Amino acid sequence: MSDTSDNRGRAVRKVRPFLEELEAKPFWANLREHKLTAQRCKACNEYFTYPPQGSCPHCLSADYEWVPLSGKGKVYSFVTYNRAWHPSYEGKTPYNVSLVDLDEGPRLISNVIECAPDQVKIGMPVEVVYEDYEEYTLPKFRPA
Amino acid sequence: MSNISGKYAIVGVAETRVGKRPDASTHSLHLECIKACLDDAGIKASDVDGFLTNQPLNDAHRSYAVRMANMARMHPNYATDLALGGATPIAMVQNAAMAIEAGMANTVLCVHARKRGTPDPSPGNPIRHGDEHWEEPWGHFSAVANHAFAARRHMYEFGTTSEDLAHVAVATRKHACLNNNATMRKPMTIADHQASRYICDPLRLFDCALESDGGGAVIVTSAERAKDFPKRPVAILGMGQHHPHFSLMDAPSLTTLGGKKSSELAYKMAGLSPKDMNFAEIYDCFTITTMITLEDYGFCKKGEGKDFVKNGRIEIGGELPVNTHGGLLSQAHIEGMLHVTEAVRQLRGNEVEPERQVKNARVGIVSGHGGSLCMHASLILGAL
Repeated sequence: MSDTSDNRGRAVRKVRPFLEELEAKPFWANLREHKLTAQRCKACNEYFTYPPQGSCPHCLSADYEWVPLSGKGKVYSFVTYNRAWHPSYEGKTPYNVSLVDLDEGPRLISNVIECAPDQVKIGMPVEVVYEDYEEYTLPKFRPA
Repeated sequence: MSNISGKYAIVGVAETRVGKRPDASTHSLHLECIKACLDDAGIKASDVDGFLTNQPLNDAHRSYAVRMANMARMHPNYATDLALGGATPIAMVQNAAMAIEAGMANTVLCVHARKRGTPDPSPGNPIRHGDEHWEEPWGHFSAVANHAFAARRHMYEFGTTSEDLAHVAVATRKHACLNNNATMRKPMTIADHQASRYICDPLRLFDCALESDGGGAVIVTSAERAKDFPKRPVAILGMGQHHPHFSLMDAPSLTTLGGKKSSELAYKMAGLSPKDMNFAEIYDCFTITTMITLEDYGFCKKGEGKDFVKNGRIEIGGELPVNTHGGLLSQAHIEGMLHVTEAVRQLRGNEVEPERQVKNARVGIVSGHGGSLCMHASLILGAL
């Protein structure tokens, strides 16, 4: 088993962000500098949701800017993975995956770390931490 | 806007043997469904002038419907693939009625087969959901987890417990035990459910649907023409769809889903209400889906699903028999196609094993649910 084949020997894709996605490039570039950012509409001032998109989901204006977020939010819901669904997660269970509602509005699917999975709670305040990998940086969260 | 309630009917149904079918590819399962459904309706392939398929994820072709129509030597005047996940089979029936209403076809065959129980070597790449790269880098992979997010919220908002969800699994299994074409036919207890391992906490193994091979099909025509077919026709009384979000990052709620609006539209078209339903075939990819949908469909108040599913209320002989075939949880997971065929067979009144026949079944509702809890379709059917 490896990160490119599963436990039945079938080929699986590598787990990584898609850094080339046109609208998302600034998101990933800003994370490299440890800045969590979101799109905000210049026409209606509303934040976009994730994943990034080409026009405002509220008013469809294509005039937007990338703005820094506070990195603070709350857990909306969470699960504990008791089973590895990809070979690269073998031996890493149990681990948390959470829906994190950022204070500015947008929601991310991410992990609450620096906390045992069974200690995570709905409504728990969290703050962003940056995990650097060779080619990209992931935003994750820890109890605030 | 005209109301087409009762104007169209289902005159043929078929389901294959389900479970592990290493003998048959995805397309073979489709062909098996088509043959059996034509036989059930007493017609020939050349009588079919409308044809609908699902877009299969692991046998990717452009225009699957046209490919399958050609394999069966049907030459339809209306054909397309639909791609609404577990809401697709109901959407097919809806699109069939719409195509006939529009004058594009008279006799529409809808087929959905799935090959997830055994491998189906296929040269193409499987079709993906598409947003995996916004989920997988954080270790988020599965439909189980998406529904576990919903279960966690339901527990937080309404005090629902894992043991409450067990009642859904146990009732569904009881019905599968009465179905000769069900995969899981060993009775389950609440304790069995509670002893099953967590797959993605708070959902356990017995909260999850099966992975199956198999298929089903239905034929839709006008209620007027339906009288000339050999089997008792079943009328389409109400139809609805609603799709409130796509990604969970956009979901306005995880405990009230598209089923609320979708069922309201279907009830309105049918001129009926939840209390008129003799049974419900509820899409049950996970136990929590059954519970949320029963609430969204108005069988109980939001948050009261945990009480509604207990004391035999959702079993054969209860107030509202649910998933009389054993559902995706215990019969087979064909993305809800067998929920539709089961509803038709219940309403025909003489086709299912007598032990699981709903007495005096006149009207039933069927739900379909797909994607990241984001797609929903509803269908109300009635005996003619």
